[in-house]
Amino acid sequence: MNSTDTSKPAAYSFAVREARRPGWAVWGERGLQVLIYLCGISAIVFVLSIFVFVFKEAAPVLFGGKFSLTEFLFSTEWYPTSESNKRYGVLAMIVGTFSVTALAMVIAVPFGLGAAIYISEFCGTKVKETLKIIIELLAAIPSVVWGFIGLTVLSKLIVQFTGAPVGVNILNGGLILALMSVPIIVSIGEDALKAVPDSYREAGIALGTTRWQLVRRVLLPAAKNGLLAAVLLGVGRGVGETMAVLMCTGHAVHIPHSILDSVRTLTANIAAELGEAPVGSDHYRVLFLTGVLLFTITFAVNLTADLIVRGIRRK
Amino acid sequence: MNTRSETLFVETPLVRRKLRQEKVAKWIFFGMAVAMIVPLLLILGYLIERAAPSLSLSFLIDVPVNGMKEGGIWSALVGTIYLVFISLAVSAPIGILAAVYLNEYARDTWFNRIINLAVINLAGVPSIVHALFGLGAFVYAAKFGFSVIAASLTLAIMTLPVIIASTREALASVPQSFREACWNVGATRWQAIKAIVLPNSISGILTGIILQVSRAAGETAPIMFTGAVYFKAVSKGDVFAYGLNDQCMALSMHLYTISTQVPGVKESIPFATAVVLLGLVLLVNAAAITLRVYLRSRKKW
Repeated sequence: MNSTDTSKPAAYSFAVREARRPGWAVWGERGLQVLIYLCGISAIVFVLSIFVFVFKEAAPVLFGGKFSLTEFLFSTEWYPTSESNKRYGVLAMIVGTFSVTALAMVIAVPFGLGAAIYISEFCGTKVKETLKIIIELLAAIPSVVWGFIGLTVLSKLIVQFTGAPVGVNILNGGLILALMSVPIIVSIGEDALKAVPDSYREAGIALGTTRWQLVRRVLLPAAKNGLLAAVLLGVGRGVGETMAVLMCTGHAVHIPHSILDSVRTLTANIAAELGEAPVGSDHYRVLFLTGVLLFTITFAVNLTADLIVRGIRRK
Repeated sequence: MNTRSETLFVETPLVRRKLRQEKVAKWIFFGMAVAMIVPLLLILGYLIERAAPSLSLSFLIDVPVNGMKEGGIWSALVGTIYLVFISLAVSAPIGILAAVYLNEYARDTWFNRIINLAVINLAGVPSIVHALFGLGAFVYAAKFGFSVIAASLTLAIMTLPVIIASTREALASVPQSFREACWNVGATRWQAIKAIVLPNSISGILTGIILQVSRAAGETAPIMFTGAVYFKAVSKGDVFAYGLNDQCMALSMHLYTISTQVPGVKESIPFATAVVLLGLVLLVNAAAITLRVYLRSRKKW
């Protein structure tokens, strides 16, 4: 600030004093804004570079000539280390991923949405806060601990109650994955119910509905998009989960026939074989291609969920 | 005969049925909420019971011996602390500034909508794909090799959305009138952010950072192929066990290793490792929650 400037009349000097900050402050702030902008766009940079780097490692095999994408997607023959005839078909893994995820959703969706409805509509403030904290803690449990629980606790229970030869199978993976995705479904589902305007509830109550009638006739139809998004995010979590399914589903590369069969998922396949595949080999590149496939699936799922949520907000 | 006004408020069969249904529905939903919690408590109790023979202070500060079949978890614990703090040092500044951009500077344009979408997708990318990215980008392309730094950077990118999301929420909860008051006395955007917005949202930002710590401590897949190894010799109680370019052990990875890869581990050790990891993560989360509740109760507006 230029307070010692005497060229202007004294009466003026405090009224029209130029509010100028030192140059370093102005330029420093501009520099900072550029930095903030760069950090702001970093998310885009990271998502793009994830795709680019994973795709770059996979590209040589994809465009190498010998490799057929249809065989990759629709063949169940996965013999990456065969001496004479290497075959890379991931259909069995795709089926594995979706069977485990589907079972998890069959269990987690009713329970998750039920809990979301209870938390949002049926309980008092104290209970609500407690339950939300518990759900937050539930969501924080690391996937490797879930995997360990499945491997040690659940697998024994499954062998005991179903008489299955091995305890690590679709049922085990599905149950663990259900427990893991319930917190997401609950918290997003609760948000969706909270987003329904209170005037809807008031109108219902004025007509003499009970809370259950209100939930069934008013809230569920009004919040159905948000609840759908909750389910989709649960699916995304299920498809992308690695450590838990690696430890809980067994390692059988084949199309399962019952929920007591062991399977291998796409994620578990990468985790199990990446360490053994020689860098730059076809096997290594096919594993990266599986990564591209996973990235694409989860991207599509998340994008759909986001569009649905955004659609709600626009209304 | 009843007068009309008396019959109006008498329970008809219809009302009774509706109230009965209400009660049933309430108990069903209550049961569903409880069904999420009870297995958790049972499992927790079971884990602690099985872990009890090994749980002691010396378990924490001993190193694994005899092919990881006995001993403690010091080397893994230190490795996890290294990974968490280096990844935090990278992701916290980037994440907080990104949230400042998204909440304070960005207008609702298509470009900023793409940024939002990118943040959501970054959170949704499977952890194993992050591992592939870390392997391709940090281990090979940037030539860090399998090292603490490569693993930490992979973790940092993976946990970035956690910090962005909670910082954004904290910034958004500062009332717009606070900013307007600043602008009216002639503050620039950044001055307003520095003097008013950030100090008023510090609790939410801290919560985000704490959540990042818990997330980074628990992840296994991203570090599996970028820097964490099954075993690394470390001396007991050594705090400076790893250099930036060393490979390291990590608690989550150690749990995976001793429960699936090493036969003949003393039975209670994997359980004790799981309890320590779980305890660590839940403790950190509980700290975040406590901080949030405490600071919210002191909020001035």
